[in-house]
Amino acid sequence: MNVRRPHLIDPRISQRVAFTGFWLVALFVTLPLVGIVLYMLYRGGSVINWQLLTSMDGLYPAIVGTTYLVSLTALIAAPVGIGAAIYLSEYAGRGKLVRMIRLAIINLAGVPSVVYGLFGLALFVIILDWGRCLMSGAATLALLVLPLIIAASEEALRQVPRGLREGSLALGASKWQTIRRVVLPNALAGMITGMILSVARAAGETAPILFTAAFYSLSNPFPRTVFDPIIAMPFQLYVTATEEPHVDPAFTWAMAFVLVALVLGLNLVATFIRSRLRRRRW
Amino acid sequence: MQPKLTNSDCHDAREDTEYAEQPKEDFLRRSSADAGTRVARGDVSHDVKIQTNDLDIYYDSCHAIKEVSAEIREHEITALIGPSGCGKSTFLRALNRMNDEIPEARTTGQVLLEGEDIYREGTDLVALRRRVGQVFQQPNPFPMSVYRNVIYGPRLQRRVARQEADEIVERSLRGAALWDEVKDQLHKSAMDLSGGQQQRLCIARCLAVESEVLLMDEPCSALDPTATFRIEELMLELKQKMAIVIVTHNMYQASRVSDRTGFFLLGELVEFGRTTQIFEDPHDDRTDAYVRGRFG
Repeated sequence: MNVRRPHLIDPRISQRVAFTGFWLVALFVTLPLVGIVLYMLYRGGSVINWQLLTSMDGLYPAIVGTTYLVSLTALIAAPVGIGAAIYLSEYAGRGKLVRMIRLAIINLAGVPSVVYGLFGLALFVIILDWGRCLMSGAATLALLVLPLIIAASEEALRQVPRGLREGSLALGASKWQTIRRVVLPNALAGMITGMILSVARAAGETAPILFTAAFYSLSNPFPRTVFDPIIAMPFQLYVTATEEPHVDPAFTWAMAFVLVALVLGLNLVATFIRSRLRRRRW
Repeated sequence: MQPKLTNSDCHDAREDTEYAEQPKEDFLRRSSADAGTRVARGDVSHDVKIQTNDLDIYYDSCHAIKEVSAEIREHEITALIGPSGCGKSTFLRALNRMNDEIPEARTTGQVLLEGEDIYREGTDLVALRRRVGQVFQQPNPFPMSVYRNVIYGPRLQRRVARQEADEIVERSLRGAALWDEVKDQLHKSAMDLSGGQQQRLCIARCLAVESEVLLMDEPCSALDPTATFRIEELMLELKQKMAIVIVTHNMYQASRVSDRTGFFLLGELVEFGRTTQIFEDPHDDRTDAYVRGRFG
């Protein structure tokens, strides 16, 4: 036996200290969320009621607009993101082009959202001449969430055990048959979760829709086609809080609360779907 | 009808299914197509099903399989033994080109399946892998029902009507000695079966596509002794109609079930011969040491 340096502190005590320390840190990260939600309720709770959510001069148009925006974003981003993830994780080799694509995706994730907004303004609103509308906003947001969706989908595909793929290939399945019949069904839960989390992120983004989709007030707040402008919650909140005088601050806080609740709600749905699909066997 | 790699009208293109249904004695009376490879001692040699010639496999710069030439025969169980990392699994995976799925693997030499080189340009991998099925170390049923697991292979190729599908499922599960245990839960998840049942289900999947060769990569290493025994029993039954190659760490298993044994060491096929000869009278000192080492 080697002679060891005696412990300066009883290991049982240092274990205790470490455990308590990590517990406190973990607890600390939940405090901001709880604090924010409680503060919003404290400032805006008095005006939150059903009326606020459903009346035309309440939040109803903004909720509808954001719902449209987020749905269309998902519709655009999902096929592209999942397709790219399938290519990168299943088909792409180790070539130079693939490395460049990966680098591009990583950097895309690092671009500030206001830059997306400006890009969307230039490309969709002006060059393609769609105008400030639902479509331009959704396309811009789709670009923003694309890297997130690709990363989440790739991760979900990687989680599918190699044994399942080989089992399928060994039975004479082509690569695409294997992907469609074995890999994708097993990666679906993870993909959907990633999708919803990304979309929840998009729901709260302000800068990308600032120049591309949203208005503060519209004579007709409900878009009839995707080329109509919309009223969206984050932008509504931004204008209410910064530019409109004479607005009851309680209304602003109530709106903030609803926005956060929507995002948290989407996250909860994602968690729920994930746990449901995990339990499903076939 | 089996998909064929070759449509030549030589003996390679004979109907194996019809052939397999004959009693074994009939089969034994057939003249061997490859009489030169018969061995003495009164043992009957079966036709060569797979022949490898100077097979080399590299993983990047690692030389995993070195100039291996071996013969896998019909109606026999060929065991591949050797220490971990000796290349026996790599060799096995070369026989249905599963190594193609590993980007850094490179293969040279020939693997002849009934005389046709499966590594030649233009080989239909789908047809090859249906003829040469594989059972993996870790049972890998798909997370779907037992029924859909079995019918997975046939349905890859064509629409299978309900009634025919039922027949294929029953025949395959019976063939894999699993029918009686699962016939009441065909539509329950295959993930709920025991490890041994899952492994037999994987065998049934191969039977459903009428594989002619079954490659088994340590199929029992994740199973308990009872389940192992059942798989071994099943192998002895299955060899009546197909060729079986099994990679195993278990020397007793190799000596119990196999007709021929190949000993791999560091990528080399050190010795290949009848199982009785390899275990009782090995010609190579290294084989002797390995076999004795395990037997104490």
